[in-house]
Amino acid sequence: MRIFVCVKQVPDTSGKVAVNEDGTLNRASMLTIINPDDLSAMEAALELKDTLGCQVTAVTMGPPPAEGMLRELIAMGADDGVLISGREFGGSDTFATSQIIAGALHNLGVGPEDMIFCGRQAIDGDTAQVGPQIAEKLEIPQVTYAAKIEKEGNVLKIRRMLEDGYMTVRVQTPCLITCIKELNSPRYLTVKGILECYDKPIRVLDYNALKDEPLIDPTTIGLKGSPTNIFRSFTPPQKGAGQMLGGTEEEAVGQLVSQLAKRHMI
Amino acid sequence: MILSDKYELMRKNFRNFAETEFTTELQEQLDREGGFNWEIWNKMAKYGFAGIKLPVEYGGQGGDSLAYVLMNEEFSRVCPVLAIYANTPNSLGGGPLLACGTKEQLKKYITPVAKGEKQIVFALTEPGAGSDGGSMTTRAQEDGDYYILNGRKCFISGAPIADYAVVYARTNPNLKGAKGISMFIVDMKLPGVSCGKSELKMGINGYPTSDIVFENVRVHKSDLLGPLDKGYAVAMKTLDGGRLGVAAQSLGLAQGCLEESIKYAKERKQFGKPISYNQGISFMLADMATEIEAARCLIYNTAMAKDAGDKNASTMCSMAKYYASEMANRIAGKAIQIHGGYGFIKDYKVERLYRDARVMTLYEGTSQVQQIVISRSLLK
Amino acid sequence: MAFNSAEINEFNDIWVFCEQREGKLMDTDFELISEGRKLADERGAKLVGLLLGGEGIESTAKELGGYGADKVIVCEAPALEIYTTDAYTKVICDIVMEKKPEVLLIGASNIGRDLGPRVAARLHTGLTADCTHLDIDMDKYVQFLRESSTIDVDSVKFKMEDTNLKMTRPAFGGHLMATIICPRFRPCMSTVRPGVMKKAAFDETKAEACEIEKAAAVLSEADLKTKVLEVVKETRKMVDLIGAEIVVAVGRGISKDPEKGVKLAEELAEALGGGVVGASRAVTDAGWLTADHQVGQTGKTVHPRIYVALGISGAIQHKAGMQDSEVIIAVDSNETAPIFEVADYGITGDLFTVVPLMIQQIKEARGAR
Repeated sequence: MRIFVCVKQVPDTSGKVAVNEDGTLNRASMLTIINPDDLSAMEAALELKDTLGCQVTAVTMGPPPAEGMLRELIAMGADDGVLISGREFGGSDTFATSQIIAGALHNLGVGPEDMIFCGRQAIDGDTAQVGPQIAEKLEIPQVTYAAKIEKEGNVLKIRRMLEDGYMTVRVQTPCLITCIKELNSPRYLTVKGILECYDKPIRVLDYNALKDEPLIDPTTIGLKGSPTNIFRSFTPPQKGAGQMLGGTEEEAVGQLVSQLAKRHMI
Repeated sequence: MILSDKYELMRKNFRNFAETEFTTELQEQLDREGGFNWEIWNKMAKYGFAGIKLPVEYGGQGGDSLAYVLMNEEFSRVCPVLAIYANTPNSLGGGPLLACGTKEQLKKYITPVAKGEKQIVFALTEPGAGSDGGSMTTRAQEDGDYYILNGRKCFISGAPIADYAVVYARTNPNLKGAKGISMFIVDMKLPGVSCGKSELKMGINGYPTSDIVFENVRVHKSDLLGPLDKGYAVAMKTLDGGRLGVAAQSLGLAQGCLEESIKYAKERKQFGKPISYNQGISFMLADMATEIEAARCLIYNTAMAKDAGDKNASTMCSMAKYYASEMANRIAGKAIQIHGGYGFIKDYKVERLYRDARVMTLYEGTSQVQQIVISRSLLK
Repeated sequence: MAFNSAEINEFNDIWVFCEQREGKLMDTDFELISEGRKLADERGAKLVGLLLGGEGIESTAKELGGYGADKVIVCEAPALEIYTTDAYTKVICDIVMEKKPEVLLIGASNIGRDLGPRVAARLHTGLTADCTHLDIDMDKYVQFLRESSTIDVDSVKFKMEDTNLKMTRPAFGGHLMATIICPRFRPCMSTVRPGVMKKAAFDETKAEACEIEKAAAVLSEADLKTKVLEVVKETRKMVDLIGAEIVVAVGRGISKDPEKGVKLAEELAEALGGGVVGASRAVTDAGWLTADHQVGQTGKTVHPRIYVALGISGAIQHKAGMQDSEVIIAVDSNETAPIFEVADYGITGDLFTVVPLMIQQIKEARGAR
């Protein structure tokens, strides 16, 4: 049994976000963090490792500095890390990204007892698409929005959250599960884990290592191969100074409600 | 100072833990009610913080002095008293054992301490023996396989919650001063051991401090720690590590004061603009940040010197403790000044940090004791 | 003929996947059908609803016509009664491959966001997540940019003949907006954020006129790898202040009837979509609410989407805990109260009369959609 945990390094959007003149994100000026939902996925995998014993592998696609994040996840408890990195992969949308990650996972070998855990969505793109698309490319079942995972043998019982409740879903390995934050609280690192993480293996898979994978086709990956393109990106109008809403109380409330509706707040 | 990835990851982890777990509610409750919070202690223990500097073979984390300094700094930046929780077993508690414990003693005592299952404290000070530790009167008399302890220790941090204490007692009354003193590991549950009531303190409330009284306490000879009659010299050596820890606590506390002050100076408006627009305020902030950075460099450098076995490391520990603790008090004072009247009320954290800062120049050797150590090393 | 998503000229019509739970259509369906109508008119195409469900789901289909659907394709099968990724993906892909719609919209619910990516990957086409604005017509798109962006529209040259669906969505926590297109593959797919698109007025005659087409579901046991053991409905319990999307906080202004003031705050939070009641220190000190409701220097720091301050003057201690909220609404009787300095919208008045008006008008505005 092996659990692959797909993780993404994202800019920390919780604080101030720097935007370039041309409306793109100034990534260089921002701190990067491990995507929060992905940490929950890692914690879920480590909890299974604690009780059942299994290999946990952190997998990410990104530029070479993403190795630091993999080290951190190994310090947290993962056994090894895989960095998928190559210029050919740059600019991929979710379709292309999932294809590359699926290709890499296929290359590493997803066995009948294995599982793939992902976070529900990344805070930079908020798409929640890569997980399900990896599952589709690997032709394995998926369960998204997992808030509770129970495993007995090769059968998993998963609480899948809905807006108005939840459903309990039964699925067999191999499968892909996307995890939400409510699933758990990710553990902290120990100093011992940090001291040891630099001696654990990290494999780098570049384009050459993956080019013979059936899913990796230069015409369907990267910026050029991605089905979707950015037509235009822009910043919403800056938050102006506050305004006092005048008139009678009824009129003031009327203005407020129409403003909120316009901003999709209600 | 630029640290390697490894240490930056440690810092990030300590900071993450402190910012998430040391909630404002917890901090305020500790300050208001005193006592000891077992829940946060158990969390610290779970992640090995109680044994961060203790060896892996005895259940510790195997970290070095720099790791230990970073933990103290980051914990204290959020809550100084909670920094003490994790500090004690790694410094004064575990230090003397590591310095001269036998394999059996290490296994028996360090292992549960490193895992946070047991609490160990350091009992040197007496009502009549503070900076002049050599004038202690606690006696240990040989009696067959036992020593019989009688006396009183005071201001013992953590005594009311301790399982074990490293106790200094005079074994040879014929030798004067620092000579003729030995160390014992005393199980706090032994008949004849009792604690006084917890002291009411100006700051660092939430980590209890009290007397320990020994009345005909029979301590087995296997719990004699280190060489007979020469325990005080060991005590002086193990104080180094603790002093470095206090220096790091002071540093974190000062950093916390600075961050609170910057935030307040940007928020607070007077005369139609944030007070940070006034050079009277902004220059104070500049001074604070500069002093803190100087202390940080001194402390990290000392930690690295200690790990490298540098012969001046001991003196450097005293320098770091002396400079950083005095610095923290200056910074805390300025932080209050920047906050104005609001800094004098308990709604603002700097009020508590100011009180917490005060002990830094006192415990584990006053500033004057550090001056003695430093000057002696210059003039020897 | 084999399905090829790249032969884009073979694809026609705007489709909306209509989600049902327990045999009932969802509000999002009507929002998307209404939006789809607009797009179909811009494109000169037909608007088709796609409805999957258990036996008898057909009876609900005509209602979609009342919001603008020309036709609804209905697929009934026991395995489609409750949503599963496998069954729905298989059936939808089969129908799409046969009929080739140009656009496929899906509500961005927890189900839609499970289904959409899987379908898009199988069809080999692009999918844009959680869109808040859609255009086909370039004039309308340029007008949208003029109103909702900092772009100087007049100095930019646009390709006005572009007929791709332009899908706009927030990114990086709303700090950036991106318009995405899918130029080389069809159908062009998008999940659309619930509650954003306007629901059109229901038209009985259009509902009657709506064409219903039945499609067969071809499913085998081997297609179904997951099994739903139970579906449980539960109202979400209130989250704590720190994680709350909506916070309605009360201050000293409720003093003349604290109990009623707190109740009004609760009702307003509910009307805004469900939130948590916060308090200034004056309120918790007086014991009108427990200390865990307190926002501010000594309380909690919150950053909800909407923060409403009722009768809170806005002492610096309080502002410290809430000034990073996305939208701040303040109601206070003192027009010089410092809270108005940080508020996006301020109303001077007695909260006991203003809040009931707010609740009423918000409900009306929501009801209208």
